[in-house]
Amino acid sequence: MSDALVTAHDLTKRFGDFTAVDSIDFEVQQGEAFGFLGPNGAGKSSTMRMIGAVSPITSGSLSVLGLDPATQGPELRSRIGVVPQEDSLDVELTVAENLMIYGRYFGLARSVIRPRIEELLDFVQLNGKRDEKVDKLSGGMKRRLTIARSLINQPELLILDEPTTGLDPQARHVLWDRLYRLKQDGVTLIVTTHYMDEAEQLCDRLVVMDQAQIVAEGAPADLIVQHSTREVLEMRFPPGTQEENIAQLSGLAERMEILPDRVLLYTPDADATSTEAHARGIRPVAQVSRRSSLEDVFLKLTGRSLVE
Amino acid sequence: MTTLLMRVIPLPLRSAQRAKYVFERNVMVYRRGWMVIFSGIFEPLFYLFSIGVGLGGYIGDVTGPGGELVSYTAFVAPALLASSAMNGAVFESTMNIFFKMKYQKTYDAMLSTPIGVPDIAVGEISWSLVRGALYAASFMIVMAGLGYVESWWGLLAVPAAVLIGFAFGAVGMACSTFMRSWQDFDYVTVVTLPLFLFSATFYPLSVYPPVVQQLTRFSPLYHSVELIRALTFGVFDWSLVGHIAVLIGMGALGTMVVGRRLHRLLLT
Repeated sequence: MSDALVTAHDLTKRFGDFTAVDSIDFEVQQGEAFGFLGPNGAGKSSTMRMIGAVSPITSGSLSVLGLDPATQGPELRSRIGVVPQEDSLDVELTVAENLMIYGRYFGLARSVIRPRIEELLDFVQLNGKRDEKVDKLSGGMKRRLTIARSLINQPELLILDEPTTGLDPQARHVLWDRLYRLKQDGVTLIVTTHYMDEAEQLCDRLVVMDQAQIVAEGAPADLIVQHSTREVLEMRFPPGTQEENIAQLSGLAERMEILPDRVLLYTPDADATSTEAHARGIRPVAQVSRRSSLEDVFLKLTGRSLVE
Repeated sequence: MTTLLMRVIPLPLRSAQRAKYVFERNVMVYRRGWMVIFSGIFEPLFYLFSIGVGLGGYIGDVTGPGGELVSYTAFVAPALLASSAMNGAVFESTMNIFFKMKYQKTYDAMLSTPIGVPDIAVGEISWSLVRGALYAASFMIVMAGLGYVESWWGLLAVPAAVLIGFAFGAVGMACSTFMRSWQDFDYVTVVTLPLFLFSATFYPLSVYPPVVQQLTRFSPLYHSVELIRALTFGVFDWSLVGHIAVLIGMGALGTMVVGRRLHRLLLT
């Protein structure tokens, strides 16, 4: 037995005829930030709910903190923190009261919770909003409060289901910074996301999920090396002319992805490919050279773009 | 309170040691929103002054449950108390529960902590009990102050109102787990309004023809009205046991359905 914090083997979740999670295997090690990357409906949230011991597994095996979610649910839940996809804050209570009552759900004494509230409000930079009603907070603040709330029981493992979906870029960066600090403090993180930049920023290791299955696994950088080239040249052509241009592009790159609005050329050196294309007389209306990302990995593995 | 409730609920729901935290959440919310509770106290009083005192002054005396002549106000007041115990419990357990379940996701948040479904069911139902007790106690104080409580047994109307709150609260919460949208709440009024009007609330059951009398016995509010009316006048017979049994049965059945439904809705 390894010292994995979470071990899943052949893990399956079915709702009637629909298979949400189809016999997946993964391990999350102590202290790492582990990601589930995939489009909506890939089975990420179902997996999170099984790990969080609120959704019974259909078949296979799952162990979280060495506990069985089916029989040791309350104990398991008392040792983890959960940031759900949808905010479930108590809008009838203030910021501090939300933390207080959530701590009480864990059976913690008020005298234990009180100092933690101050620490956590500091941590998520909401001290100024202590006595505000929750409905007055912005989306980013609510998210931060949800994270503070998930930490009230000082969890060993924190599960975040799409923590930054719907937030503006600034709010996302604040959130990432806080999560990074938590990781530094030794909290194990499991994050689901459909943003590749988020996965790249946060995760030491991740699995790519598509249609209920894991299609790739590894560190973000390794996945890119394994499944994509170093660089990508994106070209956009005038409407209606993409097809004739594609014919002329053949042989320019190791691989080519044709999207409805642009063509992606996978190449070790985007600038060299660009020069060569121009020499052939190809004139795109716009072009970008960039490094490969997890989006490209996903595109290659599934033939579809990640955020649709 | 919670421990008392534990005795009347079925075995599978007894693992609800954390129900007190669900209850505590409601106390926290209503600590600031105490006006809501206050308004619940006013409802039966408004009825009392309009129908009891107003209409009662016009009608004069009627035959009470023990066969003696009593003022119409004293006759109708226990029924108003029973009705408002029903209304309070139904409102709390349908509207509020639906909002917490569907919109605020309060129960999803609770279930990601050690709290389980039995805790939620027991915690919420105990809360609607205590609210009911608060309403009933304040109503009784006003009634006694106005001299409408005929017997010391009337004090028992308070626990009786709690029992009514339990019965309707549990059934109401069970119903709200089947509701899909706010439109479905129209059905609540469709059920509670006729109950309020036809459960021997404003006149004794004897005014109905025998067939309708039998029909009225199916109304849970009828049993509530009869129970509180008998207690206020200190008239005891075996029918009281029947009324109490109906209400306990309703509450137990409702609690059981709530437990099952929440499990199916939230823990999939």
